[in-house]
Amino acid sequence: MLRHFTKGKKLSSKWSDNIAGWLFVSPMLIGFSIFMFGPLLYAFFISLNDWPLLGEETFIGMKNYESLANDPTFIKSLINTLLFSLGLVPFNIILAMFLASLLKNKFWGIGLFRTAIFVPVVTSLIVWSIVWKYLLASELGFINQMLALIGIEGPSWLLSVSTALPVVIFVSVLKNVGLNMILFLTAMQQVPVELYEASELDGASNFRKFRSVTLPLITPTVFLTMIITTIGAMKVFGQIYVMTRGGPVDSTKVLVYYIWETAFKHFDMGYASALAFVLFFILLAFTILSWIVRKRWVFYEE
Amino acid sequence: MRSKGSNLFKYITLLIITSLMIGPLLWMISTSLKEPAKTFTQFLPNPLRWANYAEVLGNSTFLKQYWNSIYISILVTLLVLLFSSMAGYAFARIKFMGRNVIFLLLLSVLMIPAEVTIIPLFLFMRELGFINTHLPLILLPTFGASGAFGVFLMRQFFIMIPKELEEAAIMDGCSKFKIYWRIMLPLSVPALSTLTIFTFLANWDEFLYPLIFINSRELMTLPIGLSLFTDETGTAWHHLMSATTLATIPLLIIFFFAQKKFIEGMTAGSIK
Repeated sequence: MLRHFTKGKKLSSKWSDNIAGWLFVSPMLIGFSIFMFGPLLYAFFISLNDWPLLGEETFIGMKNYESLANDPTFIKSLINTLLFSLGLVPFNIILAMFLASLLKNKFWGIGLFRTAIFVPVVTSLIVWSIVWKYLLASELGFINQMLALIGIEGPSWLLSVSTALPVVIFVSVLKNVGLNMILFLTAMQQVPVELYEASELDGASNFRKFRSVTLPLITPTVFLTMIITTIGAMKVFGQIYVMTRGGPVDSTKVLVYYIWETAFKHFDMGYASALAFVLFFILLAFTILSWIVRKRWVFYEE
Repeated sequence: MRSKGSNLFKYITLLIITSLMIGPLLWMISTSLKEPAKTFTQFLPNPLRWANYAEVLGNSTFLKQYWNSIYISILVTLLVLLFSSMAGYAFARIKFMGRNVIFLLLLSVLMIPAEVTIIPLFLFMRELGFINTHLPLILLPTFGASGAFGVFLMRQFFIMIPKELEEAAIMDGCSKFKIYWRIMLPLSVPALSTLTIFTFLANWDEFLYPLIFINSRELMTLPIGLSLFTDETGTAWHHLMSATTLATIPLLIIFFFAQKKFIEGMTAGSIK
C-alpha cells in the first residue's frame, strides 16, 4: 500500500515536472519556431524560386544560385564585404589590444579614459554614422577645415571611390573598439601577477613582458574576439546605409546592402534569398570555427 | 619605475584617441546650438540657439518617433525578461523530457542572422497585414537574438543559485510557478538588470526591422527617422544635431547610472 503510494506520487511528480517544464519554455519555443526556424526553412524554399514581390512565383531549382557566379554586383559585394572585414578586424583588434595594455595599470585619470573610449559603444550606430557623415562633408566638413589649416586639401571622403570604404572602416572601428578593449582588459587582469614579477626580475622590458607573458595568455580571448568581430563585420549594414548608400559606384556595396536592395528595392525575393543563404553559410563557417576555438580554449586552461 | 617620457607618451596617445571618441559627440552638441547659417563656419556656437531644441521638440513627427522608440524598446525588454526568465528557470531547475535538446535548439537561434530570415518574415507579416504596424518590431526581437541571449543568461544565473533556497518551498508543496515567481525571480534581480540594459540598448539601435516593416514617418522609430532627416532645402544640420543629441541622451543616462552593469551585459553579450 505504502509502496504503491510512493510510486504513484513519483510518477505523477515526474509528469508534473514534464508539464511544468514544457509550459515554462513554451512561449520562447513557440515564438522561435514561428519567427526563426520556420522562416529559415522558408527562406531556403524561396531561394529555389523566381519570386517577384507582386506576381506569380515559379520553381526554378538551383538557378538563382547558378546566376550568382555570373553576377558582377554579387562578386563586387562579396569582395567589398571581405575588404571591409579584412580592414576592420585587424585594425580593431590591434587598437583594442594597444588601448587595453595602456589602460591596464592604474594611473591618474584612468577611469576617465576608459569611460571615454567606451562611450561610442553605447551611442546609437545610426547617430554615430550621421555625425561622422557631417564631420566628413566635402568642402566645409570639420575634418577638411582642420586639414586646410595645415595646408592639406582633404578629399571628398565619402564621395570618392578610393576613400569611401576605408573611411567607413575607420568610423566603424572607433564605434566598437571600446568593447573589445574591455574584453582584453578582463582577460589581461586574469594573468597571474607572479608571472610579471618573475619577468621583471629577469629585467624584461614592457614590450617584452607584453610579448612573452601577456600575449600568450590572452591568445584564446584574442581568437574568440577576432571571430565575433568578423561575424559582426560580415553583417555590416547600418553605417553603410547612412553614410554612403553603397556608393560611390558600388565601392561600399556590401553583401547585406545588396540583399536589402535586391529584396526591397528590386523586389526580387528569390534571388535575394539565395544571396542571404550565401551570407548564412559564411557566418555558419565562422560560428563553427568559434566552437572549435572555444573547445581548444577550455583544453588550454586545463 | 616608469620613466616620465613614457608617461607623457601614454597621455598624449590616449588624448588623441579619446578625442576621436568624444570629439564627434561634442561637435554634435556644439552644432545643435548653432544658428542655421553657421553650422559649418563656427567652432563653438555663438550665440547659443536653444530654439533648435524647441523646434525639434515642437515637431510632432519627431516626438512620435521618439515615443515609438521608447515604448517599443520597453515593451520588448519586458517580454524578453518574462519569457527568458521562465525558460531559463525551467532549463536550470526542472528535469523535463527533451530538456537538453530544446535548450540546444533555442541556443541555435543565436546563429540565425536576422538578415537571412527577413525576406520570409516580410512576406509572412504582409500576409497577416502587419506591415506598417509595430507588431513585427515587438515580436521579432523578442523571439530572436535578444530572447535567445536572455534564455542563455538567465539559465546560467539560475544554475548558480543554491538549491537549499527553494527546498523549503518544495517541502511545503509550492507549485513550480510559485517557486519561480516568489523565490527565484526576486533572487535574479542582478541578472535581470543586466539583461534589461542589454535588451534596451539593442532595441533602441535596431535598424533593419523598422527599415523594412515601417513606411509612414509617424510609425518609424528614431534610427530610421534620423536617417531620413532631410527637408526640401537639404539637411538642416542644426536641427538634425539637436535631434541626434536628444536621441543619445537616454543611452548616456542609463550608461552613467549603471556603468558596471552595462559593461557586464556587453561583455556577456559578446561571449555568448
